[in-house]
Amino acid sequence: MSELLTKSRARNVFYGGSIFFVVVFVALTADSHRHITRTATSGMELSDAVRHGKHVWERHSCINCHTLHGEGAYFAPEVGNVMTRWGVLDEPEMAYEMLDAWMQAQPSGIEGRRQMPHFEITEEEMRALSEFLRWADQTDTQNWPPNDAG
Amino acid sequence: MKYQSQQVAYAYFVAAMALFGIQVLGGLLLGWIYVSPNTLSEILPFNIVRMIHTNALIVWLLLGFFGAAYYLVPEESEREIFSVRLAYFQLAILVVGTLGAVGSYLVGIHGGREFLEQPLWVKFGILVAAVIFLVNVSLTFLAGRKTAITNILLMGLWLLCLLWVFAFINPDNLSLDKMYWWMVVHLWVEATWELVMAAILGFLMLKLTGVDREVIEKWLYVIVATALFSGILGTGHHFYWIGTPGYWQWIGSVFSTLEVVPFFAMMSFAFVMVWKGRKNHPNKAALLWSLGSSTVAFFGAGVWGFLHTLHGVNFYTHGTQITAAHGHLAFYGAYVALNLAMFTYAMPILRGREPYNQVLNMASFWLMTGGMAFMTFTLTFAGTIQTHMQRIVGDYYMQVQDELGLFYMMRFGSGVAVVLGALLFIYSMLVVRREVVKPGPVAVPGE
Repeated sequence: MSELLTKSRARNVFYGGSIFFVVVFVALTADSHRHITRTATSGMELSDAVRHGKHVWERHSCINCHTLHGEGAYFAPEVGNVMTRWGVLDEPEMAYEMLDAWMQAQPSGIEGRRQMPHFEITEEEMRALSEFLRWADQTDTQNWPPNDAG
Repeated sequence: MKYQSQQVAYAYFVAAMALFGIQVLGGLLLGWIYVSPNTLSEILPFNIVRMIHTNALIVWLLLGFFGAAYYLVPEESEREIFSVRLAYFQLAILVVGTLGAVGSYLVGIHGGREFLEQPLWVKFGILVAAVIFLVNVSLTFLAGRKTAITNILLMGLWLLCLLWVFAFINPDNLSLDKMYWWMVVHLWVEATWELVMAAILGFLMLKLTGVDREVIEKWLYVIVATALFSGILGTGHHFYWIGTPGYWQWIGSVFSTLEVVPFFAMMSFAFVMVWKGRKNHPNKAALLWSLGSSTVAFFGAGVWGFLHTLHGVNFYTHGTQITAAHGHLAFYGAYVALNLAMFTYAMPILRGREPYNQVLNMASFWLMTGGMAFMTFTLTFAGTIQTHMQRIVGDYYMQVQDELGLFYMMRFGSGVAVVLGALLFIYSMLVVRREVVKPGPVAVPGE
C-alpha cells in the first residue's frame, strides 16, 4: 500500500480528481441555471413588483425567522407556500389584503407567543412583497413541501 | 516560537475569542427567546440577534483560520511573514468591518440573504482583507519551503476567498439567488474549509505526535481528495427543493453520503497518528481538542449530516429542527473545536510560557462538548416530532411548535453549559497564569 500510494501520487489524484469534479459541477450548474429560468420559475412573470418584493423581503431580514423553500431560520413558519396555505395563490388582490392585515396586526403582544416585529412598510411595498411571495409559491420545487402546513 | 512574525497570530486569536464570546451570548439569548418569546421582542427581535449569532461565528472562525495561517506558514516555510504590517492592517479592517456590521444590524441596516447580511461596504472590506491576506501568505509561501500542509492550507484559503465573489451576486430570480448563494455557503463549509481544517489538523498532529512528515502529508492528500470528490457534487443536497432540476436528488444523495468519508478519515487519521507517534507532548489540552474536534466533526457533520441528507428523508425533514441540530454540532466539531485546538496549542507559545491551565482548558472542552451534544439531542428529538406532526400529519407550524416547549427549555439549559464552557476557555487562555492542578510525577509505564 505505502509503495503504491506515494505522496506525489496522492497529490496528483487529488488535483486531477478535483478538476474533474469542478468541471462536472460547473456544467450541471449551467444546466440548472437554464432549467430555473426556462422551466422551474416560468409559471409567473418576474415583474418589477416581484423584484421589488424581493428587496423588501431582504431589507427586513425575514429569512432570519422564517424559512423560504425550507431555507432560513426555523423560528417562524415556512412562507414558500404561504399563499397556497391561505388559498390566495391566484388572487393578487386578496393575497395583498391577507398579507397586509396579518402584518399590520403584528406584534400581537400576547404573552408566551412568538412575536413578529412591526415593519414600516408602504402600501406599494406590501403589494410587492405579496407578489414576490406569490411568485415564489409557483416555483417548481419538486412538490416540496409535503403538505400545505409547509 | 521560531519566527518573530508568528506573533501576529496572537492578535487574531484574541479578536477571535472576543467574537466567540459575543457569538455564544447571542446564541444564549436566542435560546431564551425560544423559551420566553416576549423577551426584547420590540427592541431586539429574533432576526437581528440571529444575524449577530451567525455572523459573529463565521467571522471569528475566519479570524482563527487567518491567525492559524500566520502562525503556521512561517514555521512551515521557514521564514518570516512577508509583511507583519499588512497582517495587522488586515486584522484592523476585519475588526472595523465586524463592529460596523454589528452596529448596523442593531439599527436595522442589513441585507437579507442568510449569513451574507453584511452591508455592502463591509463585504468590500472583507474582500480587501482577503486580498491582503492572500498576497501576504502567498509571498511568504512562495519564497520559502513548500510543504503539503501549507500547499493544502493555501489552496483552501485561496478558493474560499475566491468564492466570496458569490456574496456579491444576488439575482432577482429567487431560485437562482439560492443556487448561487450555496456557492459561498456550501462550498465554504463542505469543501474549502475542510481543506483548511485538514491542513491545520495535519500541522497539529505533526507537532503533537512527532509522526514523520511524509506519512502525515500523504494522508492529508488522501483526506482532502475525498473531501472535494464528495463535497463538490455534494452541493446537490441543497438543490433538491429550490427550483433546481430533479437529477440533483440522486447526485446529491449519493455524493453527500460520501461526504461522511473525509470526516471519518480525519478522525481515523488523528487517532492513528497519536497511536503511532508516541511523543509525549506536554500540551495535553491541545491533543484533547484535536482528537475531540475530529471526533465531533465526524458525528456532527458526518453522522448528523447523513441523517437527513438522502432526498427521500430530506423531503420530510428539510427546514426543521433536524437541520438546526446538524448545523450546531457540525460547526462546533469541525470548525469551533479545531480553532480552539489551534489556540490551545499556539497561545502558550505565543505568550512565551509552558502549557498552562490545561485542567481548566480540558474542563471547558467537556463542558462545551457535553453541552453541544445535549443541545443536538434535544433539537433532534424536537425535529423528529416536528417532522412527524407537521410534515406527515399536516398540523400547522405554530401548533407544532407549542408542543416542543420542553425541548427548547432543555436546549436552553445546554446552552448555559456551552456559554460557561466558552467563558472558562477564554479565561484559561487569557487570564490565569498558573496551572490550577499540579501534574503528577513523570509518567512511568503501566503494568
